Amino acid sequence: MKNYYQKEIETAPREKILEIQNEKLRKQIRHVYDNVKYYRDLMDQKGVKPEDIRTVDDIKFLPFLSKADLRDAYPYGLLGTDLKNCVRIHSTSGTTGKRVVAFYTQNDIDIWEECCARAIVAAGGTAEDVCQVCYGYGLFTGGSGLHGGSHKVGCLTLPMSSGNTERQIQFMMDLGSTIICCTPSYAAYIGETLAEMGYKPEDNKLKAGIFGAEPWTEEMRRSIEKSLGIKAYDIYGLTETSGPGVSFECEEQTGMHINEDHFYAEIIDPDTGEVLPEGSKGELVFTALDKEAFPLIRYRTRDICTLSRKECSCGRTHVKMSKPMGRSDDMMIIRGVNVFPSQIETVLLKEGYTPNYQIVVDRERNNDTFDVYVELNPDQFSDKVSDIQNRERSLEAAMRTMLGIGPKMHLVAPKTITRSEGKAVRVIDRRKLHD
Amino acid sequence: MAITQLSVFLENSPGRLAEAVRIISDAGVNIRAMSLADTKDFGILRLIVSDADKAKETLSSNYIVMETKVIAVKMDDQAGALNNILQALEKAQINVEYMYAFTGAEALSAYVILRVDDLENAETVLAESGLQTLTDDKLRAIL
Repeated sequence: MKNYYQKEIETAPREKILEIQNEKLRKQIRHVYDNVKYYRDLMDQKGVKPEDIRTVDDIKFLPFLSKADLRDAYPYGLLGTDLKNCVRIHSTSGTTGKRVVAFYTQNDIDIWEECCARAIVAAGGTAEDVCQVCYGYGLFTGGSGLHGGSHKVGCLTLPMSSGNTERQIQFMMDLGSTIICCTPSYAAYIGETLAEMGYKPEDNKLKAGIFGAEPWTEEMRRSIEKSLGIKAYDIYGLTETSGPGVSFECEEQTGMHINEDHFYAEIIDPDTGEVLPEGSKGELVFTALDKEAFPLIRYRTRDICTLSRKECSCGRTHVKMSKPMGRSDDMMIIRGVNVFPSQIETVLLKEGYTPNYQIVVDRERNNDTFDVYVELNPDQFSDKVSDIQNRERSLEAAMRTMLGIGPKMHLVAPKTITRSEGKAVRVIDRRKLHD
Repeated sequence: MAITQLSVFLENSPGRLAEAVRIISDAGVNIRAMSLADTKDFGILRLIVSDADKAKETLSSNYIVMETKVIAVKMDDQAGALNNILQALEKAQINVEYMYAFTGAEALSAYVILRVDDLENAETVLAESGLQTLTDDKLRAIL
């Protein structure tokens, strides 16, 4: 018995999915053109009419929306229905400094929660499960999305929100949580705290974790799986398109199935905007096919990834996206070299370090400084200064191989890097302050 | 015979050393000798204490702490004493990784703490040169 929440659509033949997409797209473009002046103006500027869009192949003629458009249209400019039909808002964390407010009708919320339910069931969730949601509740979509999905599946839902780690652990142990949903950095922190409290991975009842909302690496996945004794599933989404659940991982753990009956995905060249063939690495673009309140068309996510239609052993037919290699927003340009925090994390974990690190970029006399602080594991400690300095040098060399540029490495004592209960602050770029 | 030294990894920032010392003090453990190696980012505090197990246990909740075996050699408080020790080790091609000294309760004598790359050999060489090294038990007795 395979784990599906909505088997028929999740395993539908490709032609059926295309048919659904084409039909929803035609309707959606007509609706947006008639109701969203901001987008109608963009279409008019490009000389595209709703009747030009017949199938998803025609989507390439439509104008893009970017985060800048969302800011320009703030707050109501992209609303696709009367406010009286909206029942909720959510907002981005503003980690990149640009806050986005998204609107939802009840129908939008139902679909969103169904998408999250698909993710929970794919991770092995059933009505028998105890699902601990420690994503933040509130404006952030993480808490509400997984909470709603957990209800739909019928799990006993623990609406913990983030933070208060000891209380999280107490509930986890006392009520026997079997599924945990949070950011990967918080999962790592919970694992670390459990070990400190003297618990072994087999002492908890957790079997699966659904982690997302920030970039994380394969190495971090293995480390969380080990520390919590679970299988860790990736989930993807963004407030602009609803929240988590736009795509989710199945047991194959080789990419996230995009819920294609609701979202149409494209990969484009971020510089030219040209649609790239399947398998190419580029920027992910989403069109919400049936959202009512906030119907974004060709929204540029800034996430760099690839799409694959390779048959999946789980039986799902929806296209898979690779784990984003990083948001182009996260990308740092240091001394002219593109650096993603995820690359740094990969090196650290491969070399046996903790995922507790911080990157500090600054500018001194017109030169970029690039420092990485990582906590030393107790078993890596030596009381010879030269041993520790050698460790730093060897990490610098490994970083240089990966990045093409060598940061100055600093090994620091455990617990000196601030822990996050939501999205981890990995990068401190002080250069912006001087500009 | 080697003695037990505790090494503590410290962040090089104000108050970190004081805090570590306070934890040891609160545990009622006496510090016999200490040395601090520091770099721009971190320091390594090396301690000889009256109760290594207890100190390690209390420090471990906040710090990375490890036990290291070091040699404590008794030397007379006079010119050339340290030279004799180092000569003996050099002859046997034993490398000294770091060292520090303290004076004991006995008058006119001091102890030098040595971390060497070949502990066993160093002990033999020092014994052959007629130099007296301390054990954990002896250390407790003299201080």
